[in-house]
Amino acid sequence: MARMKFLCDDERCIECNACVTACKNENEVPWGVNRRRVVTINDGQAGEKSISVACMHCTDPPCAAVCPVDCFYITEDGLVLHDKDICIGCGYCFYACPFGAPQFPQDGAFGVRGKMDKCTFCAGGPEEDNSEEEFKKYGRNRLAEGKLPLCAEMCSTKALLAGDGDIIADIFRDRVVRRADRDEKPATATAPWGWGKAYGDKSS
Amino acid sequence: MLLVAGVVWAMAGEFSSSLPRAELWRMVREGVAGYTAVKGQEAGELIQASGETWRQLRNGPLFTGGAIVLGGTLALLALFYLLRGQVKLEKPRTGIKILRWNLGERMLHWFVAVLFIILTVTGLTLLYGKAVLLPWLGKAQFAYWAQLAKWLHNISGPLFIAGLVPMILIWFKDNLWRPGIDWAWFKALGGLVGRAHPPAERMNAGEKGWFWLLMTVGALLSITGLLLDLPLFGLERESMQMIHLIHGVSAFLVIAGALGHIYIGTIGTEGALEGMIHGEVDLSWARQHHDLWLEALEKEGRFSLAKSDTRIERPESFFKPEK
Repeated sequence: MARMKFLCDDERCIECNACVTACKNENEVPWGVNRRRVVTINDGQAGEKSISVACMHCTDPPCAAVCPVDCFYITEDGLVLHDKDICIGCGYCFYACPFGAPQFPQDGAFGVRGKMDKCTFCAGGPEEDNSEEEFKKYGRNRLAEGKLPLCAEMCSTKALLAGDGDIIADIFRDRVVRRADRDEKPATATAPWGWGKAYGDKSS
Repeated sequence: MLLVAGVVWAMAGEFSSSLPRAELWRMVREGVAGYTAVKGQEAGELIQASGETWRQLRNGPLFTGGAIVLGGTLALLALFYLLRGQVKLEKPRTGIKILRWNLGERMLHWFVAVLFIILTVTGLTLLYGKAVLLPWLGKAQFAYWAQLAKWLHNISGPLFIAGLVPMILIWFKDNLWRPGIDWAWFKALGGLVGRAHPPAERMNAGEKGWFWLLMTVGALLSITGLLLDLPLFGLERESMQMIHLIHGVSAFLVIAGALGHIYIGTIGTEGALEGMIHGEVDLSWARQHHDLWLEALEKEGRFSLAKSDTRIERPESFFKPEK
């Protein structure tokens, strides 16, 4: 099986937020929850950079390490998914996650957290694939339909890539080589953003 | 040295200016926030680095350290019981009962005690349940209990604080440190070891120590608990991580103290528990463990050894004495 990864090319992201909207729509994410967000560094200044970020489906996921009820599981594709029937809404995964991926709908008074919600790489949850129950809890299971996450599929500049880590890394590497010919100094972008943190890639 | 440092500095400066992108992403790794259209706390922060530290500290030192502190305390108490056994009454019971804890004090004590036990069991569930309970309960069953535990922990905390505050008020005076008496009590190890009986007032130095542990570390535990309980305060993740660790460390200290307190108050000392259940202790017990208290009562004229069938009441107490 492939090891699924996200890759965001900051040279291409134009901060259109289409990925954010696509995600919300495809998965019918509840109000107040954003599985994906676009962050712009040095916004409005020359050289500003944007990154679309969601759960990166880490190799050694901190969320799973601190989860007191062990609600996370890792699929054959390397995706970090969770079981909402097990989750108790403690918020520990949110404390541990470097990417701010776990989201909590407010559940009752005093800001009590409901069950955690996060990006599933459009791969649903432990329920039967594409069942109504799965859709209600986790959103669309596009992977089971042979499709990739919608955020990346509809990215207009192909800044956001999702898929087999080897393939998207090759695409990125190819881009870097071409860019080096074109303008900037080489070797300034040999590894995609966040890969060192998420996948322990030493080259970044 | 300075020269080397200067060269390194210059090189670093050149390096960073030649790689503006590297500089940019270094800033991001350090948690510099950007702009995002998505509303939410810290949404502009791409990477928060402190989460990893918190994970390591929680799953490492807090997890192991807590187990060592609790296991060690239990082992020491068990060993102590085997070696020393129960501290028995030295004189036979007189049958004369002296009011030690009035009804209000007892109700408050047990209110706080029950909440303390609930908080301990549920709190330990959140840290150790995955390792200890989950394997034999199974994920679904354990999650059911953990969900209940989280809820119980969250609502018991504020109630516990509501009990702790009046405790300060009613027992503050009894627990003021009296260097002469209390150091002597500690030096004699409270009569727990050997046969010496250090004098003690209404509260002996051990009880005072436990009281002040609760009022200091226990207060820290309470405050951090409230902050964790209410994500409303809008504290950032880094603060919550630190608060969580302080909460954990102070919890272990207080739980260890409570284990000692429970031991001494139950199987460790003959005749102690009945005071907290029925309110009254035997005259022999009072004379053996709290002789200065007994003397003071007598001096105040509330009790006469000559007319020793008189019951003692403590009108100076916060609560109205019971009949």
